[in-house]
Order: sequence, then C-alpha cells, then structure tokens
Amino acid sequence: MTGGLLFALTGVALFASGVAGVVLIDNLLRRILAFNLMGSGAFLVLVGLAQRNEVADPVPQAMVLTGIVVAVAATALALAMTRKYHALTGRLELTGDDND
Amino acid sequence: MVWLIALPLGWASLTVLLGPRRGAWTAISALTAQLWLAFELAQTVRATGTVRHAVGGWGAPLGIDLAVDGLSAAMLLLAQGVALPVAIYARAYFKVRSGHPGGVWFWPLLGFLIAGLNALFASADLFNLYVTLELVGLAAVALVAAGGGAPQVAAALRYLFATLLGSGAYLLGVALIYGVYGTVSTATLEPLLTVEAPRLAWIAGLLMLSGLMLKTALFPFHYWLPPAHGGAATPVSALLSALVVKASFYLILRLWIGPFAALVDRIAWLPAVLGATAVIWGSWHALRAVRLKALVAWSTVAQIGYLFLVFPLLGDDRIALHAGGMQMVSHAFAKAAMFTAAGVIVHTTGRDAVAEVAGVASRLPVTLFAFGLAGMTLMGLPPSGGFLAKWLLIEAALARGRWDMVVVVLAGGLLAAAYTFRVLRQAFLLPPSGERRRVERRPIAVLEWTAFVLAAASVAMGLRGMEIVQLLDAGT
Repeated sequence: MTGGLLFALTGVALFASGVAGVVLIDNLLRRILAFNLMGSGAFLVLVGLAQRNEVADPVPQAMVLTGIVVAVAATALALAMTRKYHALTGRLELTGDDND
Repeated sequence: MVWLIALPLGWASLTVLLGPRRGAWTAISALTAQLWLAFELAQTVRATGTVRHAVGGWGAPLGIDLAVDGLSAAMLLLAQGVALPVAIYARAYFKVRSGHPGGVWFWPLLGFLIAGLNALFASADLFNLYVTLELVGLAAVALVAAGGGAPQVAAALRYLFATLLGSGAYLLGVALIYGVYGTVSTATLEPLLTVEAPRLAWIAGLLMLSGLMLKTALFPFHYWLPPAHGGAATPVSALLSALVVKASFYLILRLWIGPFAALVDRIAWLPAVLGATAVIWGSWHALRAVRLKALVAWSTVAQIGYLFLVFPLLGDDRIALHAGGMQMVSHAFAKAAMFTAAGVIVHTTGRDAVAEVAGVASRLPVTLFAFGLAGMTLMGLPPSGGFLAKWLLIEAALARGRWDMVVVVLAGGLLAAAYTFRVLRQAFLLPPSGERRRVERRPIAVLEWTAFVLAAASVAMGLRGMEIVQLLDAGT
C-alpha cells in the first residue's frame, strides 16, 4: 500500500464519520465541527489519490487551498447563525418540527 | 461573459458601502445592464454556437475555462430575467418596512447570489462548479436568516447543514474523479469516462449526483425546503424557489447528459420514481398547508418533481431536454410570481393563513390575477409555458411508451389546479361581516405590478416556446 492510498483511505474514514456527525448530532457546535471533519476528509482524498509514483501534484493542492477558504467561510456563517439562534432562544439544539 | 460574473461581485461589495437606499438603485441599474448582457450573449450563442473564454488568458489544464452553450445561455437569461423584477419588488417591499433589518443585508447578498449563479452556469470544470455551488448556497442561507427571528434562523441552519452535506458529497466525488482521471474539465472527462469507467468513477458519480439531489430538495431530501422558503422574507422566497434550486438541478442535468452519460443509463428510473413521488407528496402537502406561503413552498417541492421525470426519457431526439428546460424557465417565473403575489396579500391583509384571504378579490384584483396566471402555468393550461413543458414531457413519454409517467404528469396538473383554486375560492368569498378586519394597509402598486409582470412572463413563455427550444439546442 502506497502512502497516497493510505491518506485517501483515512480521508474516506474521516469523511464518513463527519457525515455521521452532521446527520446524527443535535448540538450545533459539535455539528459544525463534524462538518469540518467531513471537509478535511475530502481534502485528504483529493491530495492523497492524486499522488502518483510518490510525486506530489500541485493542482489538487491549489484546489484544497480554495476548499479551505470555502470551509472557513461556511464555518464562520454557521457560527454566526448559531450565536444568533442561541441569543434568541437560549438553546443550542434545533428542536421540534416547525414544518407545516 | 466575464462581466456577468464580475459586475454583480462588484456591486455587491459597493452596496455594503452605499447603504440600502442607494444600494437598491445600484443593484437595479446593474441588473438591467446584466439582463442586456445576457440577452446579447444568448444572441451570440444562437448565431455561432458555444462561446468559450479562458479567464485571465490561462488555458484549460491550469487556468479556469468558462463555456456557455445554449442551455447555459438560457439559464443566464432566466437568472437575470427573474432577478430584475424581484429586485424592483424588494426595493418597495423593504421600503415600507424601514425597520426591517433584512433590508440592509438583502442587496449585498443578492449580488453575491447572482454572481454565484452566473459563475455556476458558465463554469466548465467540476471544481470550479463546487466553488460556485458553495457561493450560491452560503448566500442563499444568509438571505433566509437575514433579519429574521428564531424560526427563520432555525430554518436557515437546517438549510445550511443540508447544503453543506450536499456540497461535501459533491466535493468527495470530485476528489475521486481527479484521483482516477487527473482532470476536472468536463469536456476532457466526457470521452475518458465513455472509454473506461472503473468502480471508483461510479462511486464518484453517485456521490456527486446524490449530493446535488439533496441541494435540489428532491423527495425525500425536501425536508429543509418548506420552512426555509416559506419562512423567509418574500423577495428571498421568490429568488430561492425560482433560481437557487434550479442551479443544482441544472448541474445534475449537465453532468447527466455530459460526463456521466455513459454511467447513468441504468439508474435513470431512480430520479424519475423519486420525482413522481415528489409531485404527489408535495401537492398533497400544498393542499393541506395552513399558511399561504407554506402552500407555495410545498408547490415548489411538487414542481421540482417534474424536472426529475425527464431523466429516463433523455435521448437523441432531445424532446425530454426541451421539456426540462421549458419546465425550469416557466416554473421559475410562475413561482416568483406566486411568492410575490402571496407577499402582497400577506402584507395588505396582515394575515398569512389560507383561510383568511377572503375578500381579497375585490381589494387586490391585479395581485389575485397574477396569482391565478401563475397557477395556470403550474397546472399546465394552454397557452402558458407550463403547458408547453408538460406537453413536451408527455410527448417524450409516449414516444417511449411510458404511460405511467403520463398519468403522473396529468395527476400532478389536477392537484396543482386543486391547490390553486383552494386559494382563489377563498379570495372570492366575502370577508366575515361580523368582525371588521383589523389590518387594512394600502396595497402598493409597484408590488402588485411586478408580481403581475412575472406571472405574465410565465404565460408568455408558452408563446415564445420556439425561441427557447432553439436556444437550448444551440452550441451542441
């Protein structure tokens, strides 16, 4: 097993646990952390799989940098809205069914 | 073409500095210019085929390529065409609510949303599409939350996690595709995937498509849509239902007929079954909704279902593709009209329940007419754009002997008629005489007439159907 493949498999495991976290956890802060785990997993796959013959490929690294910027922006928005939600309701979980 | 992306980014930043009052005028004049640019671009595409542009002079393998063919040009035209009337509506809408904090943030976020949409429709590589998807998603979530109370913020958070999950799955798919083929350009991938598709490419395709279905709110992934679209400020609901869900559907369609064409033939029934369920399920909930805007939001769930019916019918004759394109265009205008008309009714009567719109017919005739015209498109009555879309869909289904899909299309039309008439019937009733209605705000002409223009456009699409079909076919 090459190093790149090992990275990729770790990335898949991280992504899967991140998805499980986003879907199953109620606490908003922990959900945001789970989303970040998910993103890191995808980045690891991107960089790991693209390594052929142990030579690093610069294109996916540029992509990951862009992806990190997107993830930071998404995390900031999620945190700002969580703060607002906490200020309005005093809760950190989305409860009840507000569909109608 | 680049101006369609650079211009909204520019005025989005400018409106932060200018404040909401001058920002609104900046946005409206810039959107007028963009509509003209999109129109020019569509003319060029019709005349000469696909238009390409290498951003900053850097070509495909390293740089970012933009490409606009007929489908993209139609979507660009649609985005500017819906955004301009909605912006005019929003200016008047937030003006009468001068205390509404949503009015401050609406204009910059609108700019970022439009920039993201335009970039998405013009992008030609999978990773760039991911970035634009996120831009659209984050702007849309922020629009839902802006200036809202706890229910809006909760709906926005739910929407945020759904959209992040969707684009996360898409990103993992892109990572796998890059790992297998070493490129993310859709044009380069198409022949590669046709020649050889290892299992990893299959998994990547499934991840990307299911992530996008979550973002398009296809049944059973629709749970986040009704609270987010039904609870947001009216101009936001109109933009979200008309354009944002169409963006991820456009991407599914693009991948389906482009790079993944060779992979997905065998699973084409799956989106169609989910789409058919969505048509029935969404319409049923629209029939039972208590709030007017929730009714319109559930109707979006149903109308998205129609879009997914086209997948098993796609083929060389392109009828199903035309049906999908027509449905996207006519539904976008009709749903924007329905939300804006519902917004006028809610504003004037001060109430949001379907049961309480009694008496609206005599007080808001223009608005109710707009609501009825939009409903006509959703039902698929001639000569509306919705009629043409459903006609093409039925034609494509009959050509392949799919009677079951014809039944779904017709049943969906009847259900759409039922929920539209549920509102119209109430509106023509006399208001209960015993109590004087509490809130009697004066109707605002700008709000009424923009809703009417959108509704009239959705009907007129049916009369200009040939042009739209020709545009969809350009550059292939």
